[in-house]
Amino acid sequence: MILSGWGRFPKLECRVTRPRSDAEVRALVAEGALIARGNGRSYGDAALSARGTVDMRGFSRMLSFDAETGLLVAEAGVLLADIIAAFLPRGWFPLVTPGTKFVTLGGMIAADVHGKNHHKDGSMAASVEWVEVMDGDGMVHRASRAENPDLFGFTLGGMGLTGIILRAAIRLRPVQSAWILQETVPAPDLAAAMALFEASAEATYSVAWIDCLASGANLGRSLVMLGEHAAPSDLDNRRRARPLVAPAKRLLTVPFDAPGFALNRYSVGAFNALYWRKGRRSAGRALVDWDSYFYPLDGILHWNRIYGRKGFAQFQCVLPLAASEPGLRALLGEIAASGQGSFLAVLKRFGAQDSRFSFPMEGYTLALDFPVNPVTLALLDRLDAITLDHGGRFYLAKDARMSAATLRRADPRLPAFLAMRAAEGRARSFASALSERLDL
Amino acid sequence: MTLSRENLSPVLILGGRSDIGLACAHAFAAKGHPVQLAARKVASLQPEATDLGLRYAVPVSTHEFDVLDTAGHAGFLDSLPAAPGIVICAIGMMGEQEAGEMDFAAAAQVMRSNYEAPAAILGLIANRMEATGTGTIVGISSVAGDRGRATNYVYGSAKAGFTAFLSGLRNRLAKTGVHVVTVKPGFVATRMTDGMDLPAKLTAQPEELGAAVLKAVTRKRNVIYVRPVWALVMAIIRNIPEPVFKKLKL
Repeated sequence: MILSGWGRFPKLECRVTRPRSDAEVRALVAEGALIARGNGRSYGDAALSARGTVDMRGFSRMLSFDAETGLLVAEAGVLLADIIAAFLPRGWFPLVTPGTKFVTLGGMIAADVHGKNHHKDGSMAASVEWVEVMDGDGMVHRASRAENPDLFGFTLGGMGLTGIILRAAIRLRPVQSAWILQETVPAPDLAAAMALFEASAEATYSVAWIDCLASGANLGRSLVMLGEHAAPSDLDNRRRARPLVAPAKRLLTVPFDAPGFALNRYSVGAFNALYWRKGRRSAGRALVDWDSYFYPLDGILHWNRIYGRKGFAQFQCVLPLAASEPGLRALLGEIAASGQGSFLAVLKRFGAQDSRFSFPMEGYTLALDFPVNPVTLALLDRLDAITLDHGGRFYLAKDARMSAATLRRADPRLPAFLAMRAAEGRARSFASALSERLDL
Repeated sequence: MTLSRENLSPVLILGGRSDIGLACAHAFAAKGHPVQLAARKVASLQPEATDLGLRYAVPVSTHEFDVLDTAGHAGFLDSLPAAPGIVICAIGMMGEQEAGEMDFAAAAQVMRSNYEAPAAILGLIANRMEATGTGTIVGISSVAGDRGRATNYVYGSAKAGFTAFLSGLRNRLAKTGVHVVTVKPGFVATRMTDGMDLPAKLTAQPEELGAAVLKAVTRKRNVIYVRPVWALVMAIIRNIPEPVFKKLKL
């Protein structure tokens, strides 16, 4: 069947199987060139393999939960949305969550996802106690910081290229309510936005929407959004009666592909200007339910259709702290000059992270998306070059078009990753369109 | 536990291993109903039971049950921890049509598994529910029972019998407090249909089926197709004149 990532670019005819037991996965690994796929929320080609895409949603059982420690053991295909639905009413929330809840546990581990609390709590890896991975011989290995630490290190952020992730144990965090106290602070330019992040190191959550079409004195103007888990005392009487329950949201859907011309510099520019003014006016503190706060786009099913049939490409890089300000200026200047705007431009301060192949490092990360066309693809190549010049690197879970040469220049950790891939025939057993494109 | 749940009656799932039975278990457990999973070799169903209990914080029990052992039906019902208020029969066996044509023993196995034995257990449950004056019985039948076709008439005829049995049961119990729901799923994406190239618009996901059954029970619906489009498809198929129908390849 024809598959793509969430960006709907590229599309690939893939042989898909849906195993439901270790034995069924074992029967597949002998065939080679497998990649596990969760709920298809990585943006590019990370979860596509023409010869063997393994749909892990048949591994959808929760196996145990320790109500003392918050340790959940579950199969790799369990959805984050289901974890929240099951455990938030009992006072637990994921320690780390990406911007959508429609991801699987295995996918979150493979991409070592991060959330709005990275500066404080780190990436997904911080919540993973252990993971079970099947190798190319069908053997299952449990890996943790103590047991098989190399396999553990490479699997977190390894994009599924160390083997098939079958099960994992993750720690949840105790929360007192289903609500977030959000504070929105407008920042008129990039320096102000960065100063806000630096001054907000103690905030549990922080993220900024950035107007990537603003230029000149307005370059980098942002709405910085800080958040804390609300305590029952922060809630009004009605909500305090059931603090762990938030109203279900109505789902909207994008029923068809928008025409390719719907998003252009004028429509996006107008949207961004409006959003900035509205945000500046309504700045301040607000109580927001968990779903709206963490997953605003999950309320709009198939939002990826607004970019039209040809799909869109995400760009997400991280720049080391020292080079962040000049690097971001150069990136934003290039984007503003191109007029290729993005609604969903996000800026975030990362904390320190030491990992074998994961994306985050201490510094600033910028995420953008663009409809796929020759103009934006050329722009993305220029953004790659600026990122490399400033010592930055790229998020493989978002990428669909970077070159193998760019990755080699971006990541000094690559030789060690390639050595891991060469060992025990992993490169033969496990491969994706991404690993082929990037020569991993 | 901070969950507040009313005292909901247990749901018994006959055929608790099937994707359809499990989808119903998820839908009812999510509403707070205790779940009783009944199947053969039930020990291997423990992971499913654990999963249901973890997700929905409801009591889940598993029960050894072989529908073909009709002599054991009464004992099985007596052994349940509580009399179920809702019983969902998701037992079914597709079989191989050609095997059924060549060997009547194979056909009889399909007929017994889809009609005779499920009718026996549901008849027994109906009598017990009638005595208490309350309860709901859900039979998962099939669109294949709406009209016999060359490619699966052994299975289809058994489902036709099951559909008629449910219809009669509903008629008999209409004046008591007991309600009977007939479910005709149409195509459902389950492990039985993995790898088949089914038309997406006609194919329901298991969760969709679970939600549809829950809604049908809540609203006391009589007969449902999981995706409404199937009502139209089957109306057309039922109304093709026999002289034409017999020449079609379906």
